[in-house]
Amino acid sequence: MTFTKTLAGAASVLALSATATLADPALIFDLGGKFDKSFNESAYNGAVRWAEETGGSFDEVELQSDAQREQALRRFADAGNSPIVMAGFAFANALSEVAPDYPDTEFVIIDMVVDAPNVRSVVFNEHEGSYLVGMMAAMASETGTVSFVGGMDIPLIRRFACGYAQGVQAVNADATVIANMTGTTPSAWNDPVKGSELTLAQIGQGSDVVFAAAGGTGLGVLQAAADEGILSIGVDANQNYLHPGQVLTSMLKRVDNAVYEAMAADDLQMGFNVMGIGNGGVGYALDEFNADLVTAEMQAAVDAAAASITAGELAVHDYMSDETCPALEF
Amino acid sequence: MVSSITDLITGIVGNFFTFVQLMDATVRMAIPLLLACLAGLFSERAGIFDIGLEGKMLAAAFLSAAISFTTGSVWIGLLAGIGASMLLSLIHGVASITFRGNQLISGVAINFLAAGLTVVIAQGWFGQGGRTPSLTGAQRMPEVDLPGAFTRIREMRDASPGMQFYSEFISGHTVLVYVGLLCVPLSWWVLYRTRFGLRLRAVGENPAAVDTAGISVVRLRFAAIVICGVLCGIAGAYLSTAVQAGFTKDMTANRGFIALAALIFAKWRPWHALGACLLFGLFFAIDNRFQNIQLSAFWVIVFLVAASALMMNYARKNERIDVLVLGGISAIFVTIAVSVWISQIGDGVGAIGALWETVKLPTQLIQSLPYILTVVAVAGFVGKAIPPRAGGEPYVKER
Repeated sequence: MTFTKTLAGAASVLALSATATLADPALIFDLGGKFDKSFNESAYNGAVRWAEETGGSFDEVELQSDAQREQALRRFADAGNSPIVMAGFAFANALSEVAPDYPDTEFVIIDMVVDAPNVRSVVFNEHEGSYLVGMMAAMASETGTVSFVGGMDIPLIRRFACGYAQGVQAVNADATVIANMTGTTPSAWNDPVKGSELTLAQIGQGSDVVFAAAGGTGLGVLQAAADEGILSIGVDANQNYLHPGQVLTSMLKRVDNAVYEAMAADDLQMGFNVMGIGNGGVGYALDEFNADLVTAEMQAAVDAAAASITAGELAVHDYMSDETCPALEF
Repeated sequence: MVSSITDLITGIVGNFFTFVQLMDATVRMAIPLLLACLAGLFSERAGIFDIGLEGKMLAAAFLSAAISFTTGSVWIGLLAGIGASMLLSLIHGVASITFRGNQLISGVAINFLAAGLTVVIAQGWFGQGGRTPSLTGAQRMPEVDLPGAFTRIREMRDASPGMQFYSEFISGHTVLVYVGLLCVPLSWWVLYRTRFGLRLRAVGENPAAVDTAGISVVRLRFAAIVICGVLCGIAGAYLSTAVQAGFTKDMTANRGFIALAALIFAKWRPWHALGACLLFGLFFAIDNRFQNIQLSAFWVIVFLVAASALMMNYARKNERIDVLVLGGISAIFVTIAVSVWISQIGDGVGAIGALWETVKLPTQLIQSLPYILTVVAVAGFVGKAIPPRAGGEPYVKER
């Protein structure tokens, strides 16, 4: 018994030392799924860009349930992958358990802050990007009512909604903003049927521009908006191409840049890292699919707002700073 | 008369068009349940328990979306979906009728098979992470627009109440909604007015008697299973090509199991199945539509206390388990009612004044409503549900 244990131990030590030299980066997707055409896909695209430019390779895993988070982290860490990039706020608990056990492994978490010497926390100023698309929504709206569909009801998504509502009211102080959340469990990220039902209800209340910040659920929102002939706003990745001429714009959250930088850096900076409008972390999408929808006036107003946010003249209230929103009641 | 009815409805939900939209959403959510429920009805009436409804719907949803995308025709997709569902049905039949296996185990196996295979095949086929590409144009189930009806919600909002009702509720559904509703009288007619229906019901109650009469039990049960497959196939195709534009992982979201609950609720009868499915559809429509309900505290308290009183009154006459379940839920309701009241007292508002303060119902309460009501309905108000007597037992011919 003891002998077999020793053998097994020796074998695993050998296996560890054999793989540790590889040090490929690894990427873990959240429950929305790798090809959600949104957050996770954006992360994937960043990793693919890195792999194509450097000729390197990376390991990846798509989670099926919450319980797998810690397991996936430990598996990659044991296999010697570094840095291990995880896309999603929900990894915070698992990572704060795992990170101290692997001091030589570099971890990168997106959308959440984990305080450990070997963790790089990347957060985005979503409220700033949402503010910009909120301005565009208000300018494009004819009814004076616009709406928002969030995924899971968490502070991060409320931050989107709050920034959006502030942008809307900056253009039209009398505008009504309807905000709905899909659910309170992780399945809310992947429920397109409910997304489209919520959108139909909002259109019934007069909304003619809808902003979806809901992962895979957002696909149903954009679909319902296109079916009913109103405008929609995509999120995270550029989703303008999904329904050409019917998606006003997309709130870009450059998760791909965050992943790319983490994988490409020789000497990765640990600690807190904010990506806002100033350093290209968030913004709005303009391409051939929405060129006819975005007027010159709209573009000028939004670019001016972006410039003053960068310069610090315009402060967009961050919901997560005090859990309140001046422009919207949840 | 008409205006007083619309006034009443307006008083309850705030605006007549909201009410029409709620009804519309109810039908939309109920149709997949209804089709699956009727599928289960045929199968269980013939004595074959089928918990594989979920898996069959899922497989049909996937294959109809995939074939619809590749061929560009939703009708070929629909046929493919029905084919997939029938194939799984036949597996269930071979396992549980021919080889007399356990029907529950075979059903569970079908659910697992469908949940896994759809995602794996979709990934291998389209490489989009277990979903099919988005369907457009002729790849989706067309909507039937009756003459003169508005097609866009924005146009309907300004129309007259009658026009709103006609445009949103009567018109504008996909073909499968009307097909699904027609299936109810059709099922009733087949089951209760044809020789085949009589034999089908008999085979679920007393297969030995049917066998003695010289009719093949195996053939009848296979016929029931095939009907079950067709209906599940339509339900699945409805989800992926009509409600949604494409297949996503686990998109049936336990509708197959909810359909089974509705079937018990309906006590294995077609018209009651329609009622049960519409009720469940309404719960889900309420959940989707009314995330922010604002009511005066008085009405919240009245509603909660009245519901508890009704439940306790009902439970008193029944068995102990009913008293326990319904009593527990009543206690929770009353606690909520009291806490709502207490939370409104203060800031210069007295105990009586607090009753007229407006409260916002928490989203979580609205979201749990379908499930609470399901428990109440199934545990309490269904009465005694007696399944077909020979259900779940393989028939062994006497030698």
